[in-house]
Amino acid sequence: MMIDMLQQLLQGFFGPVYPLVWTVLKIVLIIVPLLLGVAYLTFWERKVIGWMQVRIGPNRVGPWGLIQPIADGVKLMMKEIVIPTGSDKGVFLIAPMFAFAPALAAWAVIPFNDTLVLANVNASLLYIMAITSIGVYGIILSGWASNSKYAFLGGMRSAAQMISYEVAMGLALVVVLMVSNSLNLGDIVKSQGQGMFAARGLGFLSWNWLPLLPMFAVYLISIVAETNRAPFDMAEGESEIVGFHVEYSGMAFAVFFLAEYANMILVSSLTALLFLGGWLSPVGFLPDSMFWLFAKITAVLFFFLWIRATFPRYRYDQIMRLGWKVFIPLCLIWLVVVGCWMMSPWNIWK
Amino acid sequence: MEFKTFVFYFLSAILVFASLRVVTSRNPVHAALYLVLAFFTASGVWMLLQAEFLAISLVLIYVGAVMVLFLFVVMMLDINIDRLREGFWSYLPLGSIIALLMVAEMALVLGGSYFDLFENAVPQTGIAESNVQAIGRLMFTEYVYPFELASVILLVGIVAAVALTQREKRKTKAVSPSRQVFVKAKDRVRVLQMPSEPRD
Repeated sequence: MMIDMLQQLLQGFFGPVYPLVWTVLKIVLIIVPLLLGVAYLTFWERKVIGWMQVRIGPNRVGPWGLIQPIADGVKLMMKEIVIPTGSDKGVFLIAPMFAFAPALAAWAVIPFNDTLVLANVNASLLYIMAITSIGVYGIILSGWASNSKYAFLGGMRSAAQMISYEVAMGLALVVVLMVSNSLNLGDIVKSQGQGMFAARGLGFLSWNWLPLLPMFAVYLISIVAETNRAPFDMAEGESEIVGFHVEYSGMAFAVFFLAEYANMILVSSLTALLFLGGWLSPVGFLPDSMFWLFAKITAVLFFFLWIRATFPRYRYDQIMRLGWKVFIPLCLIWLVVVGCWMMSPWNIWK
Repeated sequence: MEFKTFVFYFLSAILVFASLRVVTSRNPVHAALYLVLAFFTASGVWMLLQAEFLAISLVLIYVGAVMVLFLFVVMMLDINIDRLREGFWSYLPLGSIIALLMVAEMALVLGGSYFDLFENAVPQTGIAESNVQAIGRLMFTEYVYPFELASVILLVGIVAAVALTQREKRKTKAVSPSRQVFVKAKDRVRVLQMPSEPRD
């Protein structure tokens, strides 16, 4: 009701440009909480890893250290951006934007519940795959434009890793869209709300993660590799190798940092939508709501932090072997298995 | 002017500029980046034509995969632009003949449909079916053999590329992961018990 009143007010005020204003307002409503989420994800990560390593974590700035991410942001903005000699200045400054922009643009098609979505396009999953595949340019260009051998090798290393895992991730998604019979994220979520278990009030057993368990595992591991997070953080490897952003400082570095966390939130919400039933309630007696979606995203994000504190870093050849020789064959076999399953009389996805 | 027309001319202007820069820019990496821009803008133009599947596939395949690998190669090469320009005038006649041929071919195809010279022009899709579904249906019913044939040709290409790199014996040393996982601690480390000796 209040939204209707607001809409009428805006319509009267802006006249013909009203649709544009309304869309911009909706975009701001998505982006601002997202950026706040990114800032506080960094804080939460430091806290969680601190607790896991029996430390306290940041607790000095503000109550319980809650102002810490803001302080970090202000510090980074005050710093000088050093541009190395002989670097390609234009490309050097565009590269961080290439990394960050796709992570924001992909949110255009993420549905929050039945009706709440910025752009309800038919091929939304395809759109997300296309947009997120642009993120690799940020890495490869920053490595090249820095005019440094270390940055260049680091960029090559992480770009190769991201491309490899995109293949496995894409194949896992093909299986999901096969069983949901749609490329629309909203329809994919809705198709998880029906089935034998959902009819008996045990909705969480009908979600895609159970019938497609191998694909869920492949996807979960691939997104960690895709976002260059530990134990697959060959991009950065703070302690022994040098990554693609050694030459970056100040806000230019911070944008890469933001891109990493924004990508984490994005792939977590995709996992929640594709495999964990999105906004659907896990049990029959509780209503569906977008708070379920946020709870699932938080759970997947916690998984990211948990494995970072748990596992040692993989060696580079082991990462590539896992992607090409384990995940891709597994995905191809499971694709055929699910195809046969859907054609058999035991098809559960009608 | 309608908004759609404005968007079309806006995208076309960028597309023409980017394509020109692809061939004129002196730095090969910049040329590759302008090609990325050209692909992206072309996908925008296709989106205007409501070919959403093709537009997104263009970005996914060409921008997301092909151009990244292309950039990889271009960045690794040590290209001397002056040596590349040496034979410019001697290659010009052959190049311009090929360019003219391509222009003529495109003019035939595009002009033909523009002046309604073909019997069945491009059908207007007024069906409720989405773009992706329509393409999928056609690809796996009417055009299934050409489609499968194309995929087999691509597979042959992949196998050939792998075979070419594997012709010689591997010079690099690498551990075999399948043997690695069967290693037990007692194969590598021997723990000795030695009694301590009293000092003299």
